[in-house]
Amino acid sequence: MIAYLIRRLLYALPILLGVNLLTFALFFLVNTPDDMARLHLGVKRVTPDAVEKWKAARGYDKPLFVNARADGLGKVTDTIFFDKSLSMFAFHFGVSDDDRDIANEIKTRMWPSLAIALPTFVIGLMVNVSVALILIFFRRTYVEWSGVVALVALMSVSGLFYIIGGQFLFAKVWQLAPISGYQSGLNAARFVWLPILVGIVGGVGSGARWYRTLFLEEANKDYVRTARAKGLSETAVLFRHILKNGMVPILTGAVAVFPLLFMGSLILESFFGIPGLGSYTINAINSQDFAIVRAMVFLGAVLYIVGLILTDVSYTLVDPRVRLS
Amino acid sequence: MRPVLLWTDGLIFLLVAGLIAFVVLVRRHEHLRAPWRKVAANPVAVAAAIVLLFFTAIAILDSVHFRLALPAGPSGAVHYSPEVKSVLDVLSGPLAEQQEKSYSAPFATHLFSRETVTLPDGRQLRTYPRLRYGGASLHDPERGRSGDILMRTAEGLAGGALVWLMLWLGLKPVYGKAASRRTIANTLLALCLISGFLVALATHYHVFGTDKVGQDVLYITLKSIRTGVLIGALTTLVTLPLSIGLGVSAGYFGGRVDDAVQYLYTTLNAIPGVLLIAAAVLIMQTQLESHPGWFETGTERADLRLLFLCLILGMTSWTGLARLLRGETLKVRELDYVMAARAFGVSDVRILLRHILPNIQHIVLISVVMDFSGLVLAEAVLSYIGVGVDPTMSSFGNMINGARLELAREPVVWWQLAAAFVFMFVLVLSANLFADSVQDAMDPRSRRNA
Amino acid sequence: MSKGLRLDNLRVALEGGSHPLIPVDGVSLDVPAGQCVALLGESGCGKSLTALAMMRLLPEGVKVVRGDVSLDGESLLDLPERDMRHVRGGRLAMIFQEPMTSLNPVLTVADQIRESLAAHRGLTGRSADTEAGRLMAAVGLPIERLSSYPFQLSGGQRQRALIAMMLAGDPTVLVADEPTTALDVTVQAQILRLLKTLQQERGMGLLLITHDLDVARDMADRVAVMYAGQIVEWASRAQLYGAALHPYTRCLFQVLPSIDRRGGRLAQIPGMVPAPGTALVGCRFAGRCPDVVERCRSEPQALRELAPGHWVRCGQAEPGRLASDALPDARDASSGDVKATPSPILELRNLAVHFPIRKGLFQRVAGYTKAVDGVSLDIRAGQTVALVGESGCGKTTLARAALRLIEPTGGQVLLAGEDIGRLEGEALRQKRGDMQIVFQDPFSSLNPRMRVGEIIAEGLAALRPELDKAVRATRVTEVLERVGLPADAFGRYPHEFSGGQRQRIAIARALVVEPKLLICDEPTSALDVSVQAQILNLLADLQQERGLAYLFITHNLAVVGYLADRVAVMYRGRIVEEGEAAALLNAPAHPYTRMLLESAPGKGMTKVPEPGTRARIPSDGCAFADRCPMVMPLCRTVAPELKEREGGSRLSCHL
Repeated sequence: MIAYLIRRLLYALPILLGVNLLTFALFFLVNTPDDMARLHLGVKRVTPDAVEKWKAARGYDKPLFVNARADGLGKVTDTIFFDKSLSMFAFHFGVSDDDRDIANEIKTRMWPSLAIALPTFVIGLMVNVSVALILIFFRRTYVEWSGVVALVALMSVSGLFYIIGGQFLFAKVWQLAPISGYQSGLNAARFVWLPILVGIVGGVGSGARWYRTLFLEEANKDYVRTARAKGLSETAVLFRHILKNGMVPILTGAVAVFPLLFMGSLILESFFGIPGLGSYTINAINSQDFAIVRAMVFLGAVLYIVGLILTDVSYTLVDPRVRLS
Repeated sequence: MRPVLLWTDGLIFLLVAGLIAFVVLVRRHEHLRAPWRKVAANPVAVAAAIVLLFFTAIAILDSVHFRLALPAGPSGAVHYSPEVKSVLDVLSGPLAEQQEKSYSAPFATHLFSRETVTLPDGRQLRTYPRLRYGGASLHDPERGRSGDILMRTAEGLAGGALVWLMLWLGLKPVYGKAASRRTIANTLLALCLISGFLVALATHYHVFGTDKVGQDVLYITLKSIRTGVLIGALTTLVTLPLSIGLGVSAGYFGGRVDDAVQYLYTTLNAIPGVLLIAAAVLIMQTQLESHPGWFETGTERADLRLLFLCLILGMTSWTGLARLLRGETLKVRELDYVMAARAFGVSDVRILLRHILPNIQHIVLISVVMDFSGLVLAEAVLSYIGVGVDPTMSSFGNMINGARLELAREPVVWWQLAAAFVFMFVLVLSANLFADSVQDAMDPRSRRNA
Repeated sequence: MSKGLRLDNLRVALEGGSHPLIPVDGVSLDVPAGQCVALLGESGCGKSLTALAMMRLLPEGVKVVRGDVSLDGESLLDLPERDMRHVRGGRLAMIFQEPMTSLNPVLTVADQIRESLAAHRGLTGRSADTEAGRLMAAVGLPIERLSSYPFQLSGGQRQRALIAMMLAGDPTVLVADEPTTALDVTVQAQILRLLKTLQQERGMGLLLITHDLDVARDMADRVAVMYAGQIVEWASRAQLYGAALHPYTRCLFQVLPSIDRRGGRLAQIPGMVPAPGTALVGCRFAGRCPDVVERCRSEPQALRELAPGHWVRCGQAEPGRLASDALPDARDASSGDVKATPSPILELRNLAVHFPIRKGLFQRVAGYTKAVDGVSLDIRAGQTVALVGESGCGKTTLARAALRLIEPTGGQVLLAGEDIGRLEGEALRQKRGDMQIVFQDPFSSLNPRMRVGEIIAEGLAALRPELDKAVRATRVTEVLERVGLPADAFGRYPHEFSGGQRQRIAIARALVVEPKLLICDEPTSALDVSVQAQILNLLADLQQERGLAYLFITHNLAVVGYLADRVAVMYRGRIVEEGEAAALLNAPAHPYTRMLLESAPGKGMTKVPEPGTRARIPSDGCAFADRCPMVMPLCRTVAPELKEREGGSRLSCHL
């Protein structure tokens, strides 16, 4: 187990390096720092001087890979690649275009993101599983048929409409919640319940439908027939046998995305004005702040890999057949 | 008139040609036809397919582009208008031209907001001015409007019914004695009636109102269909070679090849999708800006951007299918008939083409139809973030984006959202329902009955 | 009312379609408490649906449309579902064929037994634990196994665990649907013995559903033979095995291969079972019956009691016509002994296939799974060598390594004297035509997306590219005809053919490149006995015509006795005994060979081997030591070598 984990962590390094190289290529090779400077300064008032100044201020004036002018180790370290890319491995994200420390920003913005993402995720999971179980319980009846149709309809609506509709009805018409904004501490509840609700409703269509197919797959297996042949009631078959086996892929799948909750939800946060990492990212994209985008890409990749490892570990916990080696 | 072939036009025609070739292939092979028969026996699937075909037809009409010749100048040289038009533009006729000043509600005869109007006698008045085109034929809009609308509705429905009758009789050889011919009839009838209604009314009213700059919303919605369909369809065109090529070779050859492909898709998956797309789109934008020579007109520029968006989406979304195909290939490669072929010394290429690919093609098919709706939905989100299609291009995302802030107005400007919602919902829902039944018919694992 | 299960004129229909299919048509049967009744039939005859119907566990779309099922005099079909639940797994319990998938993988054995105890006996807590322990002892499982998960148990142990669960409700009647079909013969013998003992000790009724005449002979007090949804014969064991009266039953006996039928052709039942949709007025077997008369086709046949307790659904059968062969004697085609050609076509020299086991941080190779561990074997032209062993002994790996479908890790494969392990590319391809393979599963061995003609022509295209298309097509047509397939098979797809026909296609595919050696990997074990006879006959004919050599991989000793010239017995990757077939089967020398022969059903379960512990392979010492009834201290320390004995046989045993 320990050996397995260490091996997985070692395996994560080349992946992170790959992510790093890829983003580096996207940001610095396809687009030269000059391009970026011009983009930021606006097309009209670009003078070579201004470009140089912009680059110098952000450390983009160094060579990409090898600095011939520096001495010793500096040949490699005093470069854009080392500065902007490799330093991420030490979680040194640098500063954003408006001169704030990105790492600091991430630390403070993480909490509002979690305040939305965590409840959405946990309650959503429970709702989806319950809906799927209800459909399985009533299988081959009209309840199932109409339920499935409703789920397909729900998942055919763009997420944007759930947000817009939710804001319009709950915030504008019924005035039950503020349209947007956030306060920390206990006051947050007032602001977060609507985005959470919207997030859950928006996810139930595809989520419950997917879980239903997982449960159905289990329901068709031989051991379920054995359980029935033992004279167990339908509810016992459903909860003891189908649910228990169906939850294996569901839980491990959930564990895989769990770390990514830290990244927040892009759309929800930006619509509801939550100062989390999601809206941070969107703002960075809109203002073309490449330093933040790079940092978020790296953070996302790290969390993804953590998710992969956690998935493997969680398999050993919920599925007796799996042993890591 | 000079025909213009945009990049995406060319690709969409290529795709249609490929689709036709696929249909011919399926018709020739019984084992390929069998699952499709199951799809055709499912009324929901048939209805969904007809609706999808209808949307596709609109998208194709909107993909035949040309530039009109300008009136010859004094020198006699022919110049062409910088505006690229499509057959759909011509067919929708006045819809494109009948531009009002600003917002107006559906079927309105007056503008949505008050304006200061100078009367003929020089006095100034704050009032709701009459629309230039919406209900312009009415003398007294207060009284005549409902009657006029009812009249035209009746005319439109009658016309629609007539067209349906002709279609139904004309298509007899196609549907023949198919089990689902009632569904076909009903779906066609619904489509014909709705189209008839829209045709009859849209020329005299703004059925879905007008937007901020006075453009007819119905027209914009129709134009948005092409964007949605294109993103859904072209992206798969990019995805398929990548996921089939990499996924199958990883599964079949194993070893180093497998390691490399797995590394590639784990790395790509590790980057949060939206961020990867956003980064690529941002870079694409700067590239487009620094190469103005790549396009002649604004339409071409927007088109190029759409093409790149499809490319980027394709590059980031091939991993899922590749993984599925890798797993399936691993299974198929161990089957006895592959062993038998290897015992004959059949070459790897032949084994791949004759044994592996034909037996995993259903997975490719399922994933293509399943992904389509997801991509249409993704376009809206990406456009909202600002990394979607060109802001000048009509798309559902841009419509929603432009309209959502207006919800704060009092009274609410709801029609743009409503139009985008209805059309998008119908498109995505039919795609989902169709995909569902395709999966039911082709994937032995997803049998419905417990 | 007597205790036991009673089926009365049960009729099961598949709903949907223009006219309903009737897979079970009027089955009446008695399973009194304290008796074992076998329901015997080939695949598709409706025996499993009959069982599911009485448990009321029929799959969706299948319904009982007529008749009744009663247990201890109480009708089950009218019971409300809630009451039926008490019967199911209580007084009427059922075990299934696939022990691998029939247990819930995420619950321990204890959980699954206690569940039954709680449902039917209201036992929880301590008392449930005690009772679970008692049940484990009853089925011969160590009590520690209670805390195991199913994946930690072997196939036989799982079947025992399943039986324990089903005994929890103390059933009057236990239904066992092919309980040992997926198991090895030694394990099969143990499970059958267990079931028999339990049935006798508990005075339970046992309804044993099987396709195996020998299993039924060992187990049953009475036997019902089922054909195409109907019971055609219903008699005591003595009556049926002494003097079967229905032509179908008599045919079944005659198509069985055995050592006595060696050298002759097996009898064949012509034609196929009528499809369940066909409307038949008369006897369902009429189309294939050797004794058919006009009346059989036009008049429905009823079960008649021809002797006390001996019911037969045949108008022609009468008690006087005992023991006459229903099928024409087919022994005339017996072969002369032309098989002893001296030159070996295939020689395996110390062939080994080891799969590395990786462990630890850097995935270092910590050991090897020795799937094939130094096998030497000769196969001479025109000869049949049978390779026998239980599942997992390395038979299939050996076959694949011989064909170089897997790269051997050691040793040599000599094909007509040439080491094919050294060949690459074109040279290897040239040789591949000499050696071909026929697989076990007729469904996965044919590509469903290719026409039969294309499937067969593929080998020609790959190995003989110089042939033009027309020649290829002629060859394919010829070979199709030779294996007894209709000429129009050429353009059809595999799914249109039955299992037996598919196996013929697979044989044709191998034959078309004119091999000298055919490796047959369990070619008939997925087929019904009547179809098996046809395929075995075909293989025998082909050997005579073309001088083919066969490496025949099987676990069925009756088949071995019938067709093999030599037999090699394989255990855990090694050959433990090899020799002349008749000699080896009559006087087995290795304890393992003896155990296999004694475990084979049909001998009244005289000697049933003790369950093996399935311990890890000892690093030194005999691999069989942990299961060997005659183990000596020497066996555990020194591995015996495979030594030549007099008479040209080889043996690896210290005895």
